[in-house]
Formats: sequence, structure tokens, C-alpha cells
Amino acid sequence: MDGYITEHPILEFKRGKKVKFCFEDKEIEGYEGLPIAAALHAAGIKVLSISERYSRPRGFFCAVGKCSSCLMEVDGNPNVMVCMEPLRQGIKVRKQKGKGQKQ
Amino acid sequence: MNSSAKNQKPRSQKNIQNFSSSKLPNFDICVVGGGPAGLEAGIVAKELGANIIIIDDNPVLGGQLIKQTHKFFGSKAHYCGVRGIDIAKILTDMVDELKIDILDNATVVGYYDDDTLGILRKDKLFQIKAKTYIFAAGASENMLVFENSDLPGVYGAGAVQTMMNVYGVVPGRRALVIGSGNIGLIVPYQLLQSGVEVAAIIEILDKVGGYYVHAAKIKRAGVPIYLKHTIIKAKGKDCVEAAVITQVGDKFECLEGTEKTIECDMILIAIGLSPLCELLYQAGCRIDYVPELGGNVPYHNESMMTSKSHIFVCGDLACIEEASTAMLEGKIAGAKAYEALYGENKKSKEIVEQANKELSMIRSSPFEQRILSGKEKLKA
Ligand SMILES: Cc1cc2nc3c(=O)[nH]c(=O)nc-3n(C[C@H](O)[C@H](O)[C@H](O)COP(=O)(O)OP(=O)(O)OC[C@H]3O[C@@H](n4cnc5c(N)ncnc54)[C@H](O)[C@@H]3O)c2cc1C
Repeated sequence: MDGYITEHPILEFKRGKKVKFCFEDKEIEGYEGLPIAAALHAAGIKVLSISERYSRPRGFFCAVGKCSSCLMEVDGNPNVMVCMEPLRQGIKVRKQKGKGQKQ
Repeated sequence: MNSSAKNQKPRSQKNIQNFSSSKLPNFDICVVGGGPAGLEAGIVAKELGANIIIIDDNPVLGGQLIKQTHKFFGSKAHYCGVRGIDIAKILTDMVDELKIDILDNATVVGYYDDDTLGILRKDKLFQIKAKTYIFAAGASENMLVFENSDLPGVYGAGAVQTMMNVYGVVPGRRALVIGSGNIGLIVPYQLLQSGVEVAAIIEILDKVGGYYVHAAKIKRAGVPIYLKHTIIKAKGKDCVEAAVITQVGDKFECLEGTEKTIECDMILIAIGLSPLCELLYQAGCRIDYVPELGGNVPYHNESMMTSKSHIFVCGDLACIEEASTAMLEGKIAGAKAYEALYGENKKSKEIVEQANKELSMIRSSPFEQRILSGKEKLKA
């Protein structure tokens, strides 16, 4: 897991336990409790959704739950703001296409 | 979680379980937003004796402070020399000591006709009613439009700061920063501290927007600041791979032949913030357009009262400024909201007087002239 900062002159990072979750059909590891977007970013995944009209890739923008640029499908529910939603063991995360679909 | 965040216990207050739309809990004062402004407002109102609750959408309190690892300065009055993360801890400890009710992980999603707030918490929607509201929701980062500006890798500078300083995630490999206000100067320095390269900071004006000290520090670290430059496009297939920048002339026109391609995997937008006024629109508060204060802002008077006598505002929501002034405005809003319910007393008057004194001291700096003229415009 090298997407995480290990040494920092000021901060010390206490992380939750390692958990496994699914992105599309791939298994990924992350730290429990981190926002899903942070865990995905650390795993090198930046494209979180595909835009409705022109099918363009989209990522997060504000990372603090204000801009809605990071909506994904989590366990079949569309429009989950993944910059705020904490990572849990075993969840299934998918790129959202357009407005998304409830599974 | 960072060093200040890790000490904060998860809160779940006893009354939270009872919150449902059928049984509305009642409060004297409900504070929306647990950043420096909202926390100070809540602390003051509670100390004066009001029954209050603070609602915030994050798991920890502190608002923007929880990602600010630099030592604050610029304003003599408050916490000068203390890191933002530590100020958040000091305020949170005070909130704990006073046993203020906190509703965390809760987003206020609506202001209804019967003066209740709609709240979404862990997939449950419920309402809260208070006699008086203090909105301290802060602001959101402005977006900039250019070719491919929707590509992943184009981020708010604050977003990158959150990713690295709060979550400990390496935000990228090499960054280009757009805008040289204090945020545009501080975040790249923090990127360097996290081992991320910074290609450059570009600024469309002919001078740096932020404090000289921050600019000097980032230049010493070897990061160039290109004045009179702007970005014209991002390049990349699925994510940012490079940016094209260009010099601009006196009318901000792009000067042909000056384009430069900068290899980077992140473009940080640090061109300013806009107050989060949506809930105040819903509440029917008057909203004025005052560029000096950050664009559309809720009208407010010296008491931080909006056009509605039971709704107060403070902090970045009232005008984009800084944490020290947000805290002082918070104190005024907290005391005035209390006075609106129970009348003024010696203590509440003292709090307001003291906060006003410190505010005018801070706002006497040349950097703050813009704010003063903005607040003047609100009165008109
Ligand atoms: C990179 C950077 C560097 C800075 N450096 C300095 C500095 O050196 N000195 C200084 O004085 N200032 C500095 N500032 C500015 C300072 O951080 C802000 O002015 C200050 O945090 C504003 O406080 P606030 O309480 O108004 O808003 P915030 O801190 O933004 O707090 C608002 C809170 O309300 C929450 N909220 C919003 N909407 C809702 C809702 N609907 N429901 C529930 N909760 C909600 C937000 O999530 C947030 O937690 C800096 C800012 C940045 C980004």
C-alpha cells in the first residue's frame, strides 16, 4: 500500500485496520474508516464516474462533501458521495454512469 | 487520522437516538457548522446559558482547521503561532468541557417553512427545531473553466490538502498550482513536506495574492511563481498528464507564442472560495452580491443578524476571510443570538465589545481593506 504517506515532519497518521473491498471486479485493500475516495486514490484509482452526456471520466473535486463530483455506486446504491462515506470491509464500489442505477 | 484528530472521541450524545420526525427536539440555538466560527458561537452561547446544539457533517469538529498543519500568523489577536490542527483541538476540548450537544456526521439538507431544519444522518432523515439559528457552514472552493478542466486530477487545493493532511494519502506525483493567494502558497509547501513535487504556481495578476512570508518560503523551497500566467488546458486521456499555460497581457488576453507545457498529474485550483448560502436562500434570507466578501453572501448587520431576526451567520459563510476573524464573528453571533432570546446582560455585552475591538484591530491591516469596504456595501 504505497499510496499512503509514511513519514511526515508534523503529522502522525493513525489508521484503522486493513480491510478488503471491491472496485468494479477487482479486490482492493484500504484502511477502514477512511473515506472510500481516499482509499481508491491511494490505490491509484482516480476515475470515479463517467459523465452522463459525453461519457467523460470524472474524479473528486472538493473532497469535503460539497461538490458532488465523486458520486459512485456503493453496494448497489447510486449517488453515494464517496469523499465522505467511510470504507467498510467487503463493500462493492462501482463507477457510476450518469445518474446511476439502483441495483 | 492526523495527530489532532486521533484524540477526538467519536461522539454520540444520548439525545441523538430520540431524533425522529415525529418528535422534534427543541433547542434555544442550533449552530450549523462546526468549524472555528460555529464552535466559538456555540461556546459563547452555551457559556451565557443557552440550550444549544452544534451540527456538523464531519466525524470530527474543526472545519477547515483539521487540515491546516502550518502555524497561523497574520493576525495578532488569536492563536498566532499555533497550528490550525491544534486550534481545532483547543476548541473541541472547550466544547467537550461545556458538554455541548453535538450532532456529527449529520448534514443539514433543508430549511423548511415551519423554521425546522432537515437533517440527514446515516441514511436517516429527521428534523430539528430551534428558536434561533446560527449558520456557520463555511465556503466551497471555486472551480475554474478551461479545456479538459473536468479531468480527474484537477482538484480543489483544499481537497488535496484534505487528502494528504487528514487522510495521509499521497495526492499525486507532481502538481501545478493555479492561484497565489494564501491557500495557493501554503498548500504547495505542504505538498513538498509530503514528498510531492511542485512544478510551479501560476498567477494571472502581476503580483502575488497572499502574504509575502508564504511566498518567500515557497520560493526558497525552489518553486517558481509565474506571474501574469494562466492555464489554457489540461492534457491527458483519463487523468491529468500535463497542463498548458500561457502568459497574459494587460487585458488578460493570452499572448500567442508564450504557451508552455508543464508535465504534472495534478492541477490544484486555488482561486478562491464561495460562501455556502444555499440554506439561507431556502430560509428566505436576503442574499447580496458583494465580490469583496466572496460573491453571493447573506446580508448581515454588525450583530451578524441576517434579514431574519432569528437567523445569524458568521465565518466564511458571511465573508471569505480567515480563521481568526471567523472565530471573532462566531463570538458575536453566539452572544447576539443569546441576546435575541434572553436580552443583553453584562457578560454578553462584554463579549461583543471585546470581539469587535479585536476584529477592528485585525481589519485595520491593508490586507483587510477589501473586507471593510465589502461590509460597508452590505449596509447600503
Ligand atoms: C489552505 C488554507 C490555509 C488557511 N490558512 C489560514 C491561516 O493561516 N490563518 C487563518 O486565520 N485562516 C486560514 N485559512 C482560512 C480558515 O481556515 C477559514 O477562514 C476558516 O476555517 C473559516 O471557518 P468557518 O467556521 O467559517 O468555516 P469552516 O472551517 O469551513 O467550517 C464549516 C463547517 O461546517 C460544515 N458544514 C457545511 N455545510 C454543512 C451542512 N449543510 N450541514 C452540516 N455541516 C455543514 C463543514 O463541513 C465544516 O466542517 C486557511 C484556509 C485554507 C483552506
